[in-house]
Amino acid sequence: MIAEAGHYALVLALALALIQSTVPVLGALRGDRALMNVARSTALAQLLFVAASFAALTMLYIVSDFSVVNVFENSHSMKPLLYKITGVWGNHEGSMLLWVLILALFGGLVAAFGNNLPLSLRAHVLAVQGWIAAAFYLFILVTSNPFLRIAAPPIEGRDLNPVLQDIGLAVHPPMLYLGYVGFSISFSFAVAALIEGRIDAAWARWVRPWTLVAWVFLTLGIAMGSYWAYYELGWGGWWFWDPVENASLMPWLAGTALLHSAVVMEKRNALKVWTILLSILTFSLSLLGTFLVRSGVLTSVHAFATDPARGVFILLILCIFIGGSLSLYAWRASTLKQGGLFAPISREGALVLNNLFLTTACATVFIGTLYPLALEVVTGDKISVGAPFFNLTFGPLFVPLMLAMPFGPLLAWKRGDLLGAAQRLAAAGIAALVAVAVLWAWTFGGSTFAPLAIGLAVFVISGAFSDLAERTGLFRVPLATALRRGRGLPRAAWGGAFAHAGVGIALIGIVCETTWNSEFIGSMKPNDVAGIAGYQLKLENVKQRQGPNFREMTAEFSVTRNGGQLGLMTPSKRDFTARGSSTTEAALLTRGASQLYISLGETSAEGAVAVRIYHKPMVLLIWWGPVLMAFGGLLSLSDRRLRVGAPKPAKPARALQPAE
Amino acid sequence: MTLWFVFALMTVMAIFAVLWPLSRGALAQPGGSEVVVYRDQLSEIDRDVEAGLIGGDEAAAARVEISRRLLAADDGEQGVAPQPSLGLRRASAVVALLALPIAAMTFYLSLGSPRLGDFPLASRVSTADVSQPLDKMVAQVEAHLEKNPTDGRGWSVLAPVLMRLGRHDAAVRAYRNSISYGGDSAARRSDLGEALVESAGGVVTAEARGEFERAVSLNPEEPKATYFLGLAAEQDGRPTDAAAAWRAMLAKTPADAPWRPLVEAALARVGGPAAPALSNEAVAAAKDMSEAERGAMISGMVDRLATRLKEDGGDVEGWLRLLRAYMVMGERDKAVRALTAARQAVAADVERLRQLNDGAKNLGLDG
Repeated sequence: MIAEAGHYALVLALALALIQSTVPVLGALRGDRALMNVARSTALAQLLFVAASFAALTMLYIVSDFSVVNVFENSHSMKPLLYKITGVWGNHEGSMLLWVLILALFGGLVAAFGNNLPLSLRAHVLAVQGWIAAAFYLFILVTSNPFLRIAAPPIEGRDLNPVLQDIGLAVHPPMLYLGYVGFSISFSFAVAALIEGRIDAAWARWVRPWTLVAWVFLTLGIAMGSYWAYYELGWGGWWFWDPVENASLMPWLAGTALLHSAVVMEKRNALKVWTILLSILTFSLSLLGTFLVRSGVLTSVHAFATDPARGVFILLILCIFIGGSLSLYAWRASTLKQGGLFAPISREGALVLNNLFLTTACATVFIGTLYPLALEVVTGDKISVGAPFFNLTFGPLFVPLMLAMPFGPLLAWKRGDLLGAAQRLAAAGIAALVAVAVLWAWTFGGSTFAPLAIGLAVFVISGAFSDLAERTGLFRVPLATALRRGRGLPRAAWGGAFAHAGVGIALIGIVCETTWNSEFIGSMKPNDVAGIAGYQLKLENVKQRQGPNFREMTAEFSVTRNGGQLGLMTPSKRDFTARGSSTTEAALLTRGASQLYISLGETSAEGAVAVRIYHKPMVLLIWWGPVLMAFGGLLSLSDRRLRVGAPKPAKPARALQPAE
Repeated sequence: MTLWFVFALMTVMAIFAVLWPLSRGALAQPGGSEVVVYRDQLSEIDRDVEAGLIGGDEAAAARVEISRRLLAADDGEQGVAPQPSLGLRRASAVVALLALPIAAMTFYLSLGSPRLGDFPLASRVSTADVSQPLDKMVAQVEAHLEKNPTDGRGWSVLAPVLMRLGRHDAAVRAYRNSISYGGDSAARRSDLGEALVESAGGVVTAEARGEFERAVSLNPEEPKATYFLGLAAEQDGRPTDAAAAWRAMLAKTPADAPWRPLVEAALARVGGPAAPALSNEAVAAAKDMSEAERGAMISGMVDRLATRLKEDGGDVEGWLRLLRAYMVMGERDKAVRALTAARQAVAADVERLRQLNDGAKNLGLDG
């Protein structure tokens, strides 16, 4: 009954989505409030039904009901409870259900908290959400139904891919989907604005919190995915320019650009047409990412299944939504009123520069990801575009972007004073030069590039804080006054500074990790000692152990430095019987922001274990940076100005409304 | 029935979600407006001026700009008056009341399996005892033991079933685990020995004999171990020892013991004059001998057998007894040499050669 009720709930959600996508539009066309309000209640009901459907599937996983094909194929009765639950979205069907759940969640949020929106705008936004939702419900029910049954259920399931049996699966996909799908709201706002043919500064303010939420989650989702790949795949790498990673980076770059251009639109009523385009492109890239990952065009950890029918269906959704919205854009954009003018040297100008670099970077990634696919389709040749291409194109784009980054917040709107901004950044510049000089002297004869890059990062970080210092008058006025001013500063300003500093911090991590990373690869027997970066790692013993649904070989390393004992590291290698595959569980020892990393390889006939040991200086900064960026986003979100309207008390003017 | 009730309830909720706003047409909230946003922006400028974040001139310019937007927005809103459209509302209500349930049900029935109940694993395991095939139950128990490898009772339940299924190697492991986690006992030792014998193709290997001997040392009356030790003696070419062991066993066995016929049959098998038997005197003498003397006597017997076979090479049974004897004495080299000799001796007869090779394989003497 649970399975069938969940199945029926999903069908009802589809029916409601179809009503939600038509009735409110007609209502807006006729100016009928009741019809427009249908959008709201159907969006909430839709959320209720999808949540019920998702809860049903989760329940089926928890009780190991193998009469459901999806549970049979991806679960095992002996898995720990956490992995039974996370296994729900560790497969194609379940992850699509999570996708629509989050879509419905955002729709429900707009319905519940969008009281500050004009009625017709809200009706249109929710209707567009309804179109997207209907397309994906149909996709799930027709090609990827998680509720299909087996009449004679097997006694045991096939287990989840061992690589995915990790706490990372509990965090990474929901975060990433909150980001991907969150951009559907700005897409819906853009399409709604195009339909209404009306767009202004207020629109930018309304859409900004939603974009910001999506951006925060996408940032965290990408960072989490990168950290997961780092410790689970056993290579010690954190970014591989893998097409699937690029698929998540593209919407992030476009979304970051959108976030910045929306500021211009809100403050200056300019860049309107461009912002609309970015909204459409960002979500289109999210859809493209979904297509790349789910269609089986790419084979990777993320491609749970390859089925041509699914690929074609998603491609169809992709064409309809991207093609449709871009056609609508081409048709309506010319009728939108252009905004105000501004001088090139101004806050607006800086933000345009930012958009220019970010979108170019995004285009670079787009080409690098899709060109090999296109080439394969057209000529059948297989080429791979890897790290060298991206490093050569992406790097040069980010250097000027980061150089310009501290200037932006210091320039005034309309007409800025570049010289003044430069003067105010002098302290940051000096800090950067000192950092470069010190590093150069310290690593004399080493890489010439690394100190420069770190100097750039220091410039970005100290630039972000000299902006804050400038605004609060720190060092010029008494400390108490500065603190009071700091409290009075809009939280968005604090958020922006933190986010910019986060970029610099991530850059330091990236440069340190790639430049001063050291490694030891060899085979070790018990009592062998490996030395790396001043640490001595002694292999104490190798043990076999039985886990709940795997056997594992655990090696115990004791780590010492200058004779002092630092701790034990126990990397392991797990063999999963049900799938006949194995995973490496790397051991990490954190020292400040640096990490020691051990992963095990094969055991040789003589009992020696192949071992890979890395010392990765400052590696954690790579993820602390994005976390700081997300924190900045949250701060900005909590800004009073952006708070989504809470329901207001009913107005006494009710009696004045027209009677019917 | 419950399922259809749940379906009906869900459908009613979905319909209600559409009908509710339609019924509240007159009371619908007017929604937010841009005017609010621009008023907010104006007050922000005042705040910024107070905090000294913006200069006087810029603030004035910004106020003018925002006010212009405010006026425009206000004008735009004045123009739009709500126009109820009753026809469309009725049409929507009809869609919700009729089309929604019909479409949802039709679509669901083409995909779902409403007649299939739930099969949570827990309830299936508890009700499955009689109806499920043995294999599935074994799989369940094995899965349980994989998780709780120290469950001695589980292992001792599983082991005999594995024996019956012919999975002798798995049974050996199960019995070993039942001993290490469930405690040592004569019965378990002899069961383990039996499993070892079965997995060696019926030969009482040295390892199996060790288990039987341990069983007897725990309980001298243990019938299974006694029987198999007799069988070991027979296979080692000491049928009189075997017969003696079995005879002693039968003397203590109650008349209705289930294994009595088996032992009697075995006794009858060795009772005959099949093999070069030791005389009763020799046996009696052997009883009084020291370990070294007994060893000397046995090797003397083996040598005699070897000499006899050199002259009369056609006796495959004899060759196998000799090979077994060498293996038991730990003289593998001699066994290998004897096997080569035996193969040459019976090379002419295909049937006997095959018999010899099979026997050698059972003893672990391949190639």
